[in-house]
Amino acid sequence: MSTLVIKDLHVSIEDKEILKGLNLTINTNEVHAIMGPNGTGKSTLASAIMGHPKYEVTQGTIEIDGENVLEMEVDERAKAGLFLAMQYPSEISGVTNADFVRSAINARREEGDEISLMKFIRELDKTMDFLEMDQEMAQRYLNEGFSGGEKKRNEILQLMMIKPKFAILDEIDSGLDIDALKVVAKGINQMRGEGFGCIAITHYQRLLNYITPDHVHVMMQGRVVKSGGPELAQRLEAEGYDWIKQELGIEDTDAVTEEA
Amino acid sequence: MTVETKLALSATEVRSFSQNNNEPAWFGSLRAEAIEKATELPMPTPDKTNITKWNFTEFPQHTVESAPFSSLDELSAEVKEIIDIEGQENLYIQRNNTPAFLKISEELKAQGVIFTDILTAVREHSELVQKYFMTEAVKVDEHKLTAYHAALVNGGVFLYVPKNVVVEKPLQVVFLNDNADASLFNHVLVVADTNSAVTYVQTYVSTIEQSNGQANLIEEVIAMDNAQVTFGSVDVLAKGFTTYVNRRAHVKRDAKIDWALGLMNDSDTISENITHLVGDGSLAHTKTVVVGRGEQKQNFTTEVRHWGKNSEGFILKHGVMKDSAQTIFNGIGKIEHGASKSNAEQESRVLMLSEGARGDANPILLIDEDDVMAGHAASVGRVDPIQLYYLMSRGLSKAEAERLVIHGFLAPVVTNLPIESVKNQLTKVIEGKVR
Ligand SMILES: Nc1ncnc2c1ncn2[C@@H]1O[C@H](COP(=O)(O)OP(=O)(O)O)[C@@H](O)[C@H]1O
Ligand SMILES: [Mg+2]
Repeated sequence: MSTLVIKDLHVSIEDKEILKGLNLTINTNEVHAIMGPNGTGKSTLASAIMGHPKYEVTQGTIEIDGENVLEMEVDERAKAGLFLAMQYPSEISGVTNADFVRSAINARREEGDEISLMKFIRELDKTMDFLEMDQEMAQRYLNEGFSGGEKKRNEILQLMMIKPKFAILDEIDSGLDIDALKVVAKGINQMRGEGFGCIAITHYQRLLNYITPDHVHVMMQGRVVKSGGPELAQRLEAEGYDWIKQELGIEDTDAVTEEA
Repeated sequence: MTVETKLALSATEVRSFSQNNNEPAWFGSLRAEAIEKATELPMPTPDKTNITKWNFTEFPQHTVESAPFSSLDELSAEVKEIIDIEGQENLYIQRNNTPAFLKISEELKAQGVIFTDILTAVREHSELVQKYFMTEAVKVDEHKLTAYHAALVNGGVFLYVPKNVVVEKPLQVVFLNDNADASLFNHVLVVADTNSAVTYVQTYVSTIEQSNGQANLIEEVIAMDNAQVTFGSVDVLAKGFTTYVNRRAHVKRDAKIDWALGLMNDSDTISENITHLVGDGSLAHTKTVVVGRGEQKQNFTTEVRHWGKNSEGFILKHGVMKDSAQTIFNGIGKIEHGASKSNAEQESRVLMLSEGARGDANPILLIDEDDVMAGHAASVGRVDPIQLYYLMSRGLSKAEAERLVIHGFLAPVVTNLPIESVKNQLTKVIEGKVR
């Protein structure tokens, strides 16, 4: 079992503090959902964990099995077992999807122990079939000209091929129609189990109908303000966030009232 | 090193060179008249690059003798890699100024295809060469360097594809430069007759580190009605050359040209690639990639000029600049009056890998007709840190991520080269240069 521990995390972007002391612990074999209104710092959390160059951690720690993640370069974090399915994946012209995924797999292997081309192709074909992706997507340039839904599916394809210890899914459900959502959820459920932990960031409870979380956390104003089980997500869906604000005495600020 | 002074070859010397070569009289006269013109004509004036201090005229000797190859086994490993030794049916190798190897299939001969070195062609296909040699596409008297070239041509290729002949497999040419005193006044003339189709791929490769010579290269493509020509070139000339390269196409009615140019010289280079879409319904795709490094100064002008109605021209240029390399990209789409319903599109992008490099992309649209479409995109920038972050978040090292982004950026030409071995060579050259 592996554990990802985030303690008292403070993160700024362009000198504006977004995360203000966030705590979260997750183990492999668990799925955590993080919910919260727009602008509360969910993507900031995901970016800080992965090491996005624009986000500055000013205080706190992130550790994976006791190892200091904050000292690692982005690629070292990936090799330590972290994966972020991004809300807005980059487009890379001239680099095919297949070549990229193979490079990513080989980056985790020793020189001389690269995955054989045949084995790679078999696995890629199988996974693309599972995600109901057209085979020609493998030879398209990475995310270039992909629709929103195709990009999300492509993130899950990479997740399934790379098989990280911890996946952070940043609004993997946004912009997906119900069929695409089911496929994406199928992929994540396939990964579930021993050796895999997941943080699913979402704005809507809808995703959680297909991926039942073990834990649900509510983020507001840069902190986790409430944690519970799947029933918490359902209550949020039914009643919105106001009751939590009242319960905790949180004043509305711009960041909280901003809507999607 | 003995250096001849400016235009040291006199008209008399040029004539006697021609006679020693058993060239027909018209060619001897063309050379002699050209050398006279070369003394008077002005230098070309590439936009935004000052070449007044560049030396385009001096060189150690006009021609050097090199041994031909009796078999491909004699090629060095570096050159062998460019060629599919078993599979390449039609192949010409020029070594410095010497025609060194020629292989042409029986099938092509039977179809009437002519594929030979230019000076043999001048002798053996005199009329045909005379009709197209610097008459339609490039003119002798455009400026000093075109005239100088015409006077001193000492190598190159003639390719003629007769009417209705479709050549299925690419023809390949290798211009090997392994003598530091060699100067290349190569002339390539490709004539694709009505309804024909051909793919021609050449490589300029220096296996020396430093040249003392000149490279003054003129390459003409004539695509007759409904002909299709794919012209691929990978240029990897050594430092020390002063390179002037002029690639020009005349494209007639419903004809099509595809240029795929990987311009990887280490020399200072002035390159112009102009396509005249003379016929209605003609089409040009011009794809160019460039890597500049060291102290290199380069100027790349790509122009598509529309004369025919419904003609379409697409220019794509991607350049990577590192060290203190300086590069100008001029992209010109010109639609002449009467070329209605034409479309001129261009995209120029420069990626800067170091603080000291300079890159400049100048898109120019000149339109003399109302009913047309035109567009351009140009950018000069650095590798996007967010792209690197994305790639690294999947475990790729920073160096590997950068390598992928750069390869991707130069992919439009690499993927368009129709010969696998040349494609691999270009990939390797890029790898070596951007490292
Ligand atoms: N590049 C940026 N510059 C300045 N502020 C930013 C930038 N990106 C995000 N923010 C701000 O950070 C806050 C949190 O954003 P984000 O983490 O994306 O929230 P969420 O994912 O919860 O919607 C918001 O107030 C947003 O406006
Ligand atoms: Mg977000």
